[in-house]
Amino acid sequence: MGEQPEIAPRSRTGRRSRENADPVSIGLRLLGIGPLLILVLIVAAISLLTPNFLKPINLGNIVAQTAVIAIVAMGQQLVILTRGIDLSVGANLALATVIGGLVFRVVDSATLVILAMLLTGAAVGAVNGLVYVFGRLPHPFIITLATLSICRGLALQLSINHTTMRGMPEVITTIGDSATFGIPNSFFVVLGVAVVIFVLAKTMVWGRWIYAVGGDPEAAVEMGIPVKGVLVSAYVIAGLCCGIGAVVLSGRTAASSPLYGNLLELDTIAAVIIGGASFLGGRGHLGHALIGAVMIGVIRNALNLLNVNVFFQMIAIGLIIVIAVEADVLRNQLEARARVIQAARSQ
Amino acid sequence: MSALPPVLTVRNAEKRFGAVHALREVSLEAYAGEVLALLGDNGAGKSTLVKCISGVHALDEGEIVMDGSVLTAHTPAAARRAGIETVYQDLALFDNLTPAQNFYCGREIAVPSWLPRGLRFLNARAMDRETAQVLDRLRVKLPKLDAPVALMSGGQRQAIAVARATVFARKIVILDEPTAALGVRESSKVLELIKQLRAEGNAVILITHNMEHVVELADRAVVLRQGRKVGELKPSRANQQELVSMIVGAEV
Repeated sequence: MGEQPEIAPRSRTGRRSRENADPVSIGLRLLGIGPLLILVLIVAAISLLTPNFLKPINLGNIVAQTAVIAIVAMGQQLVILTRGIDLSVGANLALATVIGGLVFRVVDSATLVILAMLLTGAAVGAVNGLVYVFGRLPHPFIITLATLSICRGLALQLSINHTTMRGMPEVITTIGDSATFGIPNSFFVVLGVAVVIFVLAKTMVWGRWIYAVGGDPEAAVEMGIPVKGVLVSAYVIAGLCCGIGAVVLSGRTAASSPLYGNLLELDTIAAVIIGGASFLGGRGHLGHALIGAVMIGVIRNALNLLNVNVFFQMIAIGLIIVIAVEADVLRNQLEARARVIQAARSQ
Repeated sequence: MSALPPVLTVRNAEKRFGAVHALREVSLEAYAGEVLALLGDNGAGKSTLVKCISGVHALDEGEIVMDGSVLTAHTPAAARRAGIETVYQDLALFDNLTPAQNFYCGREIAVPSWLPRGLRFLNARAMDRETAQVLDRLRVKLPKLDAPVALMSGGQRQAIAVARATVFARKIVILDEPTAALGVRESSKVLELIKQLRAEGNAVILITHNMEHVVELADRAVVLRQGRKVGELKPSRANQQELVSMIVGAEV
């Protein structure tokens, strides 16, 4: 999932091999596969340090713990591709579980509970997108910060006794907490979301527009792309991912809570950036979000196995974010160099 | 000028931005197979005129006629549908997309047609193939067709923007200072492209400050000063000085 399909080799120009031999091209390619490489190295190092790491039961744990981050990070990835950010994802997810929990108290229907969670997530996303675009805000930071606060407050207010509510329909606990052929079911949810987003982003016109809007918003207007609609849809899908994450998380815990998803916005943004997508928009794909989510999950799990305290886990992930952002800066510099080399070659 | 009627006629164009009178009774005609240079000092109204033609601004008074019919409800999309392509100074290229993706951005080849535009499936192969053919026809050499435009030089990017305009232009191509940011070699490449556009029967409107390029390329030159058309002539080595005088408003 780490390869970049957009630079897949094609033999249209015979000069390809020479083009790729210079240090700048090699550097750019290394940066492209860097995150996957680092993930492999981390996994190798950890499995040497603690033999328990590679045991199937532990790998299952990692998948279950990472699934929610991965699902929400894929939505976050779409928003970041458009030069945006969604700070409300954690609170949105919490609100979705609470609404789902309230529905469950009225009627024991998995369908209705799931529908309630998905609709809540998408509705919050729609509010984010609509206010951002039609409120003509300069940046989505403020509106999603506002919905973060509103959703968290609403979730606390709505939940009975303002705290965790036990119980979920069996179908949902099966999705979140059981396994099929030894693979946690949540893995299949991640896979399903990944396939849908891949089809949307890579094979459909809508996906091309997402990249265009992120690459150059003004040019997108000049080229007649419906920029406003594209932006709103990205936030709706990010919200929908929160709803899907809510189903998985409340299934795993057989509960709903206004406190779920705390700092999930940081985890998902970190996953996207660590995975190698550009924070400046227009660059990245869902592989980046998935690699980043797995990396966060692996590091947390390994530090747990090694009995490293939770504070150091936060520090470690913070440090990795810094490295990832610097890699993004370095990539931009290398591309500028590549342009100069191109100009020199065409002389 | 030509036996054929003009492709584009601008009649008595007036445009005000608040107190600034950007265009005053400007009229011009553009013919197929001809390069029309639009000259003038900074602030003379060249870019305003071009933006009115390409649908970015609306005229306060006057009209724009294409092939005998007056263009109404003039927006960038409508202008493009009418066959007017514009290469803006900022190129409007997407750095993160490949040349082919840039070519077709906003008008992707996609199926099935009964779906809303955004939900159609891209036919990447067709777009790649068409792009390669156009670049080949225009003799634009790019190192890689599958690399993002960010990795290409200024001249290559300019060539891509011009080539994109040529694909979709069916009548008129407007170029706003296409060589301003380029070196000598890369400029001459773009000039070649412009000649080719003309040879293919487009009406080319070229804004430039480079008098050498005007003399080398333009079949006709229209000079604007302070929003007014102050002259129109056929540029040559002999009247180059006269042109410059018209632009700056000094006597010869």
